Amino acid sequence: MSGDQIKNLEAEFEARIARDEKIEPKDWMPEKYRQTHIRQISQHAHSEIVGMLPEGNWITRAPSLRRKVALLAKVQDEAGHGLYLYSACETLGITRDELYEQLHSGKAKYSSIFNYPTVTWADMGAIGWLVDGAAIINQVPLCNTSFGPYARAMVRVCKEESFHQRQGYEIMLKLCNGTPEQKEMAQDALNRWWWPSLMMLGPTDDMSVHTEQSMKWKLKRKTNDELRQQFIDQTVPQADILGLTIPDPDLKWNEERQSYDFGEINWDEFWQVVKGHGPMNKERMKARVGAWERGEWVRDAAMAHAEKQQERKNKQVV
Amino acid sequence: MSNKKNWPLWEVFVRSKNGLEHRHFGSLHAADAEMALENARDVYTRRNEGVSIWVVESKHITASNPEHNGELFEPAQDKVYRHPTFYDLPDDVKHM
Amino acid sequence: MKNKNLYNYILGIADNSLILGQRLGELCGHGPSLETDIACTNMSLDLLGQVRSYYQYAAKIAGDGRTEDDIAMLRKEREYFNVLLVEQPNTDFGYTMARQFLFDVYHFLMLTELEKSTDLNLSAIAKKSIKEVSYHKRFSSDWIKRLGDGTEESHSRIQTAINDLWTYTDELFHQTEADKAIVAEGVGVDVTKLKDAYYEEVNAVLEEATLSVPQSKYFQKGGKQGIHTEHMGYLLADLQYMQRTYPNMEW
Repeated sequence: MSGDQIKNLEAEFEARIARDEKIEPKDWMPEKYRQTHIRQISQHAHSEIVGMLPEGNWITRAPSLRRKVALLAKVQDEAGHGLYLYSACETLGITRDELYEQLHSGKAKYSSIFNYPTVTWADMGAIGWLVDGAAIINQVPLCNTSFGPYARAMVRVCKEESFHQRQGYEIMLKLCNGTPEQKEMAQDALNRWWWPSLMMLGPTDDMSVHTEQSMKWKLKRKTNDELRQQFIDQTVPQADILGLTIPDPDLKWNEERQSYDFGEINWDEFWQVVKGHGPMNKERMKARVGAWERGEWVRDAAMAHAEKQQERKNKQVV
Repeated sequence: MSNKKNWPLWEVFVRSKNGLEHRHFGSLHAADAEMALENARDVYTRRNEGVSIWVVESKHITASNPEHNGELFEPAQDKVYRHPTFYDLPDDVKHM
Repeated sequence: MKNKNLYNYILGIADNSLILGQRLGELCGHGPSLETDIACTNMSLDLLGQVRSYYQYAAKIAGDGRTEDDIAMLRKEREYFNVLLVEQPNTDFGYTMARQFLFDVYHFLMLTELEKSTDLNLSAIAKKSIKEVSYHKRFSSDWIKRLGDGTEESHSRIQTAINDLWTYTDELFHQTEADKAIVAEGVGVDVTKLKDAYYEEVNAVLEEATLSVPQSKYFQKGGKQGIHTEHMGYLLADLQYMQRTYPNMEW
């Protein structure tokens, strides 16, 4: 194909997206679109899978049977969401095993928030309330993104995730209405998870490399800073209902902007964790790689068995 | 192991209730058809979404090529006589 | 307690599901594939759902203000009556599936009888559970066949797991004094009568899986009397952690 032809195709492609048409896997697409989508969708999938670990840490220790089944169902959903997203990514011509390889080798990134440890039961509440809350803000606009398989996966994810945040908030509510010790546990969890949750919405707009292109392809509808502001504005009143204090002395209502002003985020910490030096990066990878390696003989056995069965069937036909 | 064979990809179709058609729900990996069915049940019907499941290995699906969309689908666009609104009838004719 | 025998009988059944559900819960996020991970969690959720129904009923019988969670999480190790089989650790996926399979076949037979119980609560729980367990049995049997008739490595691993866990199968068919009394009332299941059907079914699957049936005649017991293997204490330490560390609080 000549350079001009490709340019025409690209122009037509961008026009389709601008008209809100969906792109499907077999459609022609610019290589950059394919690569960007593989990167973003797989990062999203990896985040779901790694995200199972911090909460999985409390399944065996959940304080009641009701909490145990709710947490199990939630962590299981994350596996399901990872699966939907890997499937969407696979339509772009890459296999799940290749995507795992990227994760395990450290080449692919996942959401840094999962590199913090879950140290008390209240962390289950804080994660559901804050981390899922921030995730929802990120994800809802993606239900309308331009790549069909990603948009469809996100519709399913968003529908299923609606209970996740409520599950977390209910845990917090119970703690805050409990004994002083329980309330203290809730406050401590908020203190530890607040800032990482704000960072989760991504670097500030002037630092973010992907925003403009992503906006055009509807991988993003709002900038990181807009999303962060939205998250803060909706979360502060929820903290008030709990009677908890947001750990930011600079947080105050700005009458003029009709929004909260907030303090400086520690971006050095953010980049440290992104670069692999958070408290749990190594543990998380060890757990993922370990599960994959321990499962190898099982996956091989299932394939070997399937082939034997197929051979037997073929023989019967002959 | 160098000649590693990974679990192939399957497409999952679910009938959400009797009276409705099976609809494409998504895909998953499984070593054989039985496992694909079981996995589909566990992955795609955990919220009571289905009463029947079909699975088919993705490689067995033949798909039309979007580059041929012009010749495949556009010729149908101007065949308006296939639709009831093409025919003029007086307003007093009821139930037709 | 007026109906101590029935109470203990229910705990015997429920504790099996609780401990197995807890074991499966440990694996969430660590399975050999995403699909398998989701499936194992489904089984755990089924079992824990059953557990809640049983304990809620047991709490009503006890009538001393204890809740399902008090019963599930605040007993001493000697007061748990699950069989030794279900508390065995997730040594590898082979052990997990072997444990599941050896329990599922029993569980299905037991529930089929329990559904006929004259106790309407137990009958109703059994009726609901039996569909779940029927699926568990299918899932675990399929995996026994895949692993047995898979690769050389998987064959050897699953054979080892079956051999090691075999010693805990006989206990499934033991009766406590409470069991006997409850069976006599027409409420409980006489598990001694399930034994032949159990081994027949288990052996058939093992044969199809090209595995050999262990010939050992030495069996372990004690779970039904609350005398457990050394694994149990650690499992309970996890299970009870919150309730023990923060007593008398609501969550």
